[in-house]
Order: sequence, then C-alpha cells, then structure tokens
Amino acid sequence: MPAKTILSRPVYGTLSPQTGKSHLFVADAEGASAILDLAKKAPDGFFARAHIMFIPDTSRSQFQAALKALKPAQFYEGPSIAAALPRLRQTLANAHMGLRIYLAGTEGLIGQAMQVALEAGIDHSSIQTEHRGSWARRVQCVHCKGITENVTTQPATCAHCGLLLLVRDHYSRRLAAFQGVCINAEDPSEIPQKEEIFR
Amino acid sequence: MGINFRQETFRDDYTFRNSPEFVRRFPFPFHEDAYMYAVNIEPHVQGPKGTVFENLIDVDEHYVSEMRDRAIVLAEDPLRCQSLPHMTLAGWDLLELLMTEKANSYPDHFSLTREGDRWRWINRPLGIDDTFTFGDLSTLPYGPMEYITRQSQGDFCILDQRDGNLWMDAGMVTTQADWSLDFDIGMNFFEWHAPVPLAHEKGIFTRALKFLTNIQQGKPARRLNWTMTINPRLDTSPENYHKWGTDRATVTPENVGDKVHLRVELQSFWRLPRSNALVFPIRCYLIKMDELVTVSKWARRFHRVLRDLPIELAEYKGLTRYRPTVIEWLSKYDDGAPTSPGFAPD
Ligand code: HEM
Repeated sequence: MPAKTILSRPVYGTLSPQTGKSHLFVADAEGASAILDLAKKAPDGFFARAHIMFIPDTSRSQFQAALKALKPAQFYEGPSIAAALPRLRQTLANAHMGLRIYLAGTEGLIGQAMQVALEAGIDHSSIQTEHRGSWARRVQCVHCKGITENVTTQPATCAHCGLLLLVRDHYSRRLAAFQGVCINAEDPSEIPQKEEIFR
Repeated sequence: MGINFRQETFRDDYTFRNSPEFVRRFPFPFHEDAYMYAVNIEPHVQGPKGTVFENLIDVDEHYVSEMRDRAIVLAEDPLRCQSLPHMTLAGWDLLELLMTEKANSYPDHFSLTREGDRWRWINRPLGIDDTFTFGDLSTLPYGPMEYITRQSQGDFCILDQRDGNLWMDAGMVTTQADWSLDFDIGMNFFEWHAPVPLAHEKGIFTRALKFLTNIQQGKPARRLNWTMTINPRLDTSPENYHKWGTDRATVTPENVGDKVHLRVELQSFWRLPRSNALVFPIRCYLIKMDELVTVSKWARRFHRVLRDLPIELAEYKGLTRYRPTVIEWLSKYDDGAPTSPGFAPD
C-alpha cells in the first residue's frame, strides 16, 4: 500500500477461510495466488462449497490449473472484469444466507466486484479483500463523469473528455473509482509531465 | 417587514453585491486574529435582530436570485441533486421543517396551511401556490427534498444515521466550496471528510461525530466554516472547476476589492422527526473585500488571519495563487491596533 493515504481509501487485508455455508471467490491475475494461500489454511472440504470466478488478465496458465486443482464446486474463467460482472450480479441475486465473499487482485477488480455486492445489498465490511498485483486505478473524471480504466500515470488524460486529470486518493466505493480533477484548471498553459506511479 | 429581493447574477456579468445593512449582518467567522480548525459547534438558537441568526432558517435579499442560479445549475447537471431510495421519508421531513420555519419567520413571504395531510404552500417571492398531499409523491412536481430545496438558499445534505455513523445518502448541492455530491454520496462521516488536512489528526472529526449523532429533535446546532472565492460565483463545484479555475489567476492589486470574496458557510445540524436522519443545511454568504473593509475591525482581523494561516489550510482552500496579493491589499487597512474579542463589528 502506498505510504500516504486518506480515510476514504479502501484498506485491504489478507484472505482467510470464514465459517459459512458457501464461499464465493472473485479474483483477477495475481489475485489467484491469494486464493491459493488461503487454501493452505482451509479446512478439508472447504472448496467443495466454493465458486471461483477468475479473470486471468494475461495467459498465466499456472494459476488456472492450480485453482482448478482446489476442486471448487464451480469454476469460471472470464476474459475481462466487465464480462464477468453480469454473472457475479446473478450469483449474488440468487445467493443464500451464509454466503461468504472473498475478493482478491487489482484495485479495479476488488472495487468493481464490491460495487456489485453493495448494489445487491451486502455490507462492505462483511467482505474479505486482499490486494495483489497492479495498483492501476479506475478514475472518475469529476467533470464529464466518464470512468477511465487502468490509469497508471499522474497526471492522466481522461479517456472521455480529454482533460488532464490529477488522480486523487479520494475514493468512492459506490462508483468503484478514484476522483480525477483537472490539474491545470487555474492555468491551462501549465502541462505537467506524466509519471508512471500506479504500477 | 418585507425583504427587498435583489435581481442579480452569480455568473457571467456577476452583478451580486450586498446592500450596506447586509454588510453589517454578514456572519464574520473569526472571533480572534488567528484561525485553526476546531470543534466549533454551538446551539443553533435565535440571535439579535440584524444578524443572520435572527431566524433559524435565514432568508435574505439574495433569495430570488440564488434560486434562479440553482435552477440554471440543475438544468446543466441534474446529478447535483441526488437521493438514495431509502431517503424519501427524510425528504418529507425536510420539506416540513423548511416550510414551517419559513412560514413562521417570514409570514409576509411564505404561508403554509394544513388540513390533515392536505397542505397548501404559498411562496410569494417565487410566485408558487401549490396544494399537495403530504407523503404522496405524485402530488408534487419533484421529490420532496428537491421541491423544497429549489426554494431554499444554501446546499443541503441529508445524513442517514446507522452503525454509529452518518451516511451522506441525499443532497442538493449547487453552491459548494469544491466538493462533489455525486462522488461523495453514500460515504460516511470520515470518508467524505478524508481530503481535509490536519483535522483528522487533531481528533476533530471523532469528537464532532459523537456530538452530531446525539443531536435531539428541536435542539439544532451550528458552526461556521469559510473559504474565499474569486468573483461572486456560487457554483464553485469541482464539476465546473475547469471553467472557473482560471478566475484564480486574474487577481491583481487593482481588482482585489471587487473580485475577491470571503465566503462563509453557516452550517446547521437538525434531527428530523420521522426518519431520524440529520439534515445539514450549508448556507453560503459572500462578501467582497471592498464591502468587508467598511468594517475596520473585520479588515484588520482578516488581514492577520490570512497572513498567518497555516500553509496546509491555504493549499486545501485553494488560496495559494492569490493569497499574497490579497494580504498586501488588506495590509493597507491594518494599522496594527488591537481588535476586540468576538465576531461583531465594533
Ligand atoms: C454532518 C454534517 C457535515 C457534513 C455533511 C460535512 C461535509 C463536509 C464536506 C463535503 C467537506 C468537504 C470535504 C472535501 O474536501 O471534499 C467538509 C469539509 C470540512 N468539514 Fe465538514 N461536514 C459536516 C460536519 C462537520 C463538523 C461537525 C465539523 C467540525 C467540527 C466539520 C469540519 C469540517 C472541516 C474543518 C472541513 C474543511 C473545511 C475547509 O477548510 O474549508 N464538518 N465537510
């Protein structure tokens, strides 16, 4: 976690097996390794009641094979977070009491899965999260309201309206995004250099 | 006594100004020659005539023009008014509060007649005469919060209280000092205050939240907050920052008096009866430096406050670019004489 942070910024933990009737895992890329680490501490039969949704991001076949080897009751592999969200929505809509939710991977994955869970009426504090992998940010442009995915630079260009945005640490769970605010509004002739800082 | 409502603008040609008697009633926010964040909360009780505390919901000469400015903002950006689905009852609570306060304090301008749930609301300054059924959404042209806050000066946040915290679950926010309702809606007290410097470390928000969650119905509280605005623009939203930000670079020694404004927010806190929510009206008052210096105590004091303001606060409030120019201009009005304690003019 970056050293300086503010209170709207999510705090991530370490996944650990919870007592519950069933378990839903949503992970992307290196988030898979958080599930594998949890598996080492899980009681026998734990994954027989688990559903794993995995978005590999790049073709890291070692993760898919290792996750399947846990023998989850359901295993899903999706091509992108966006593609996986309708399935997640449906799964949560049909969920029974006693479902435990675990999210692992990039901030974008955790944030968007959390957003779907909130919309399904699940309290965010009941959800386990663990950050692994990239710190790339989802950013809402406060001006045009468009969301830019996978922002790695400071400042960053809004993919919708083109303004040069200061990416703040202020974070909205409801939008699953950090806030982007025009960085040179006071003097548009100032064009700060972009630096790769969210990696 | 009737209020003489000014026809003026808060954009484009910026014709806003205060009449002399309104300068005297300005809620000057500094009780001493220095400023730092504190838990500055006191009971919201009526104050002397000729102050903004004369009535608990203040209506002033800018009312009609402010409401016109709000309508312009909402037409451009409907996301400035949002209410999560569970907040409708609190909206009705707020409608009742504002209608009864206005009708009681300003009978010449507002009247409310109730026959059971059948209510008739007359708002003479805005030319409104509506009869509706309290609690029935289909009888009003907008939701209850939007309906009444389109007729009430200041921004409004409605906070749901649960799990010992306050949640910003509804609001009408068109005259804000650079924060976004669309971004902050759904956040709790600590989350929406996250960007504020120094105050978290001082424990101010922990103590303030404790106070707020204990507020009782009929016992509202208040505090003052302040910043500065270039040109009398009400809509200093982050949404439009790329449009008004350049104003901050236009301050010169020649135009400080007319262009630079002290912006004071009279914030109050009220428990609502049916929903148990808290409503937070943020009433914004603007005063030009030319107007402020007509009260010599305020001129001296504001010069000292601005000169000695901690850098973190100046940065956060967005004053950095023009602060030196304003301090230099104000220094002409500060002879170094002592100032009397308290807010009031001498
Ligand atoms: C429940 C009612 C309240 C609401 C809805 C509210 C809302 C806000 C918001 C939206 C901001 C802007 C934050 C940003 O930069 O994005 C803010 C700033 C601030 N709030 Fe509150 N607030 C409330 C109560 C309080 C109380 C009771 C205190 C204190 C004692 C307080 C102290 C402050 C301070 C010190 C700032 C920074 C202001 C500045 O320097 O201009 N707030 N508040």
